[in-house]
Amino acid sequence: MTTAVPALGRAPADRRRHGRPGALWAVPAGLFFTAFGLAPILVVAYLSLTRWNGLGDPVWTGLDNWRALRDDADLTHGIWTTLLLTALCWLVQTPLALLLGVWAAAPQRNRAVLSAAFFLPLLLSTAAIALAWQSLLDPNFGAAATLGPWLGAPDGNLIGDPDRALYVVALVIAWQFVPFHTLIYQAAVRQIPATLYEAAAIDGADRVRQFRSITLPLLRHTIIASSVLMIVGSLTYFETILLLTGGGPGTETRVLPLHMYIKGFVGFDMGYASTLSVLLVAVGTVLSVLIVRATGYHRMASDREGL
Amino acid sequence: MRPPPSVRPAPSPTRGTTAPTTTGVRATAPAAPRRARPRRAVNLPAGVGATLWLLVVVLPLYYILVTSLRTPDGYLGDGALALPGTLTLDNYGRVLGSGFARLLLNSAVVTAATIVLVLALALPAAYAIVRGTSRAVRVGFSLFLLGLAIPAQAVVVPIYLIITRLQLYDSLLAVILPTVAFSLPMSVVVLTSTLRDVPDELYEAMTVDGAGPARTFTRLVVPLARPGLVSIGIFSGLGAWNGFLFPLVLTQSPEQRVLPLGLWNFQNQFGTDVPGLMALVVFSALPVLTLYLFGRRHLLGGLTAGFGK
Repeated sequence: MTTAVPALGRAPADRRRHGRPGALWAVPAGLFFTAFGLAPILVVAYLSLTRWNGLGDPVWTGLDNWRALRDDADLTHGIWTTLLLTALCWLVQTPLALLLGVWAAAPQRNRAVLSAAFFLPLLLSTAAIALAWQSLLDPNFGAAATLGPWLGAPDGNLIGDPDRALYVVALVIAWQFVPFHTLIYQAAVRQIPATLYEAAAIDGADRVRQFRSITLPLLRHTIIASSVLMIVGSLTYFETILLLTGGGPGTETRVLPLHMYIKGFVGFDMGYASTLSVLLVAVGTVLSVLIVRATGYHRMASDREGL
Repeated sequence: MRPPPSVRPAPSPTRGTTAPTTTGVRATAPAAPRRARPRRAVNLPAGVGATLWLLVVVLPLYYILVTSLRTPDGYLGDGALALPGTLTLDNYGRVLGSGFARLLLNSAVVTAATIVLVLALALPAAYAIVRGTSRAVRVGFSLFLLGLAIPAQAVVVPIYLIITRLQLYDSLLAVILPTVAFSLPMSVVVLTSTLRDVPDELYEAMTVDGAGPARTFTRLVVPLARPGLVSIGIFSGLGAWNGFLFPLVLTQSPEQRVLPLGLWNFQNQFGTDVPGLMALVVFSALPVLTLYLFGRRHLLGGLTAGFGK
């Protein structure tokens, strides 16, 4: 909205409309997004009520797919695995990215050089990272054969062990995404006014105290934003898992989105896959709304008030 | 297994001038009497932690590079992290000979088309949102915001349905269309905030000169939005270049295969040729690496598009 003062001698309304873009300017983007972003949500809800093998036409079956959810033994496990992995990823990535970001934000030369190296994983695609790690974790020829004994796996089989697989997956995901979150924290820390630290130093606050009393509180919004990205983004981890373990060993690392993919595009039960998709959309939306509400992020209150 | 060797929750120095002591353990004295240039205290625990993390980051990268240079015998015999006895570029040659050009071309087409479409669609929309007076546009904008929360994974089945009904299955266009659609929300948000920073007076001046929306757009909006355009160009370009899910679900034949899918296919086809796979990984990262070396600021800005402020 503009608050510009209308030019003299003309009716304000007339002035304000002149030279303004009409709604037509937004139509192409709107249509595009509707066709491939919004319409699919409606279509997926419809497909969840049908039987469809990917070819031919979907056949209406009412609530059959929804009833089938009850008998899907992999589903409960999948939900549990998804929650566990999301929690693991958050627990590993947030402290790491936060500390690294704070560390990398300082102006020292050596830190600038090191952080340039920190960001290197950002240059690789998910597929490249997952496949490189897969061969790295190969119990016979990969580094896992050498490092495995140190990490408590004498046979080097880190990724094929049902008890360890999910943790290894979380580590690979952390390797891929910590640089991204570090980048976000680094930028946020650099916006904290130096005067705050100077004042704290004069008051005799040491480094730990400064971190706790200045850095952490002022990064509150960044922590929330980064966490939202991580939690909503945890649905995208499925590409890594598909390439790294295929959901195995057994179904040990089969998260919900991967379960959906396997049902739909491997088992060609697209109707049931759609039902799982509806669950995913619902969970994703509810989760983001809850986080945003619970943290008051939507009010966008400034954390720099009085500065 | 435990999480990666991590930076222990040790205090990290924050920015700027910290304690003006040399040891930096505890600055109890308020402002030392002789105010020499305050020396930055060395933060040993943080330095150690950062070095450990550096090791975690660099080791896999070293592995990728070194493995891509190994001979087949070297790969089987040397040990994964040992320095190779003999270095060879054969793997790169073999990869180049096995259809790499096709993968590169397809990925380049998908990336370029995505960037062009996203820019062409998002900028006019952002202009209408910022300067328009229509209520419908405002409602549309909140729908775009909603789109930020839709995970692409959750809608691949209906997108597959839509693409097959449009007779586009197994074509590059099938990959481009949804990729663009899922880049749009973030792009519109970023460009909207860029355009909001343009002072109203500039728009007014254009109007006073008698310029209509089209002229204002080409003369004022496009030049002033350049930083935002670069950011979202990189953001959507990277998304397209690295995208795996849409190509996986929407294409099939080798002629339409893009790089990330090519990596997976290479592994499925030549499972034991790990040096070759690593050479392909290096190839696939080269364009982005070049961008990192020559335009680091732009690349990182594009990656965190939306977190600019």
